[in-house]
Amino acid sequence: MSAHNDHHHHADDGHSHGTLKSYVTGFVLAVILTAIPFWLVMGKVFSDSSVTAMVILGFAAVQIVVHMVYFLHMNAKSEGGWTMLALIFTLVLVVIALSGSLWVMYHLNHNMMPAHDMRHMP
Amino acid sequence: MFDNTASSLAASGVPRYHLTEEHHPENGTLLGFWLYLMSDCLIFACLFAVYGVLGRNYAAGPSGADLFDLPLVAVNTSLLLLSSITYGFAMLEMQRDRLKATLVWLGITGVLGAGFLGLELYEFAHLIHEGAGPQRSAFLSSFFTLVGTHGLHVAFGIIWLVTLMFQVGKHGLIPENRRRLMCLSMFWHFLDVIWIGVFTFVYLMGVLP
Repeated sequence: MSAHNDHHHHADDGHSHGTLKSYVTGFVLAVILTAIPFWLVMGKVFSDSSVTAMVILGFAAVQIVVHMVYFLHMNAKSEGGWTMLALIFTLVLVVIALSGSLWVMYHLNHNMMPAHDMRHMP
Repeated sequence: MFDNTASSLAASGVPRYHLTEEHHPENGTLLGFWLYLMSDCLIFACLFAVYGVLGRNYAAGPSGADLFDLPLVAVNTSLLLLSSITYGFAMLEMQRDRLKATLVWLGITGVLGAGFLGLELYEFAHLIHEGAGPQRSAFLSSFFTLVGTHGLHVAFGIIWLVTLMFQVGKHGLIPENRRRLMCLSMFWHFLDVIWIGVFTFVYLMGVLP
């Protein structure tokens, strides 16, 4: 039985496994990185909401990296580097799609009639 | 040049079409599943972009600050985060070949996932009851599409989880079931990563003035 399992563990060597320590570390980091943004928003810590938005987006980015490393076991070596390559390619597409959409659509309402005039219309 | 090489190879005996030192992934399923997750990530990127564009178009209706119940979202977030680590514990027990402990942790993960889904459905029902359904404004349409798509993924994840619990219970921790559990592990942790974007970009930034 154990010989069979040794063989099996060798078979999926390309995928790295987590350890109890890595899962618990990731979980503690994730809890801290989740609690701080909720506290910042619910406790109204910063008076300027754009500062709050930037800070919580930063926390989200860090937490995504924490989840990738400790829960999804991302590293440059798994599957011969192909998972990392696919991830980088996807991130490039995500950044283009998100920033491109927001940039192009930012001027969506510029040539429209002012919205508040609608109230006085029949 | 090419002909020359080919003929020399043919002369030397067996032709070789690839480099012998080229690395092949030893388990193609996990790489293939990772590619599926990356394409799923692009779906969510498009939905996030739609929400980013339309998220402030309230059509004189309620805004995020009027609707979102942050304590409820905090409970939901902790349920999903807890389910992530309990799935991690299930994977650790699977590596130690402990069938029963694996099933127990998988069951706890499923219960936490169902709790998340239940709270989300309660929130949706509450919003629709208040007249803030998806047809109310562009903001609410994009909100329901984005959060609903994530919830649908969680629902399918739970169905997959229950199916796998029966498979593991019937056939034990055979290599096929280990492979399936690893795929679901990636799927489950991936949904938690997407939820980080949802609670930050939709809920927390939605209540900011």
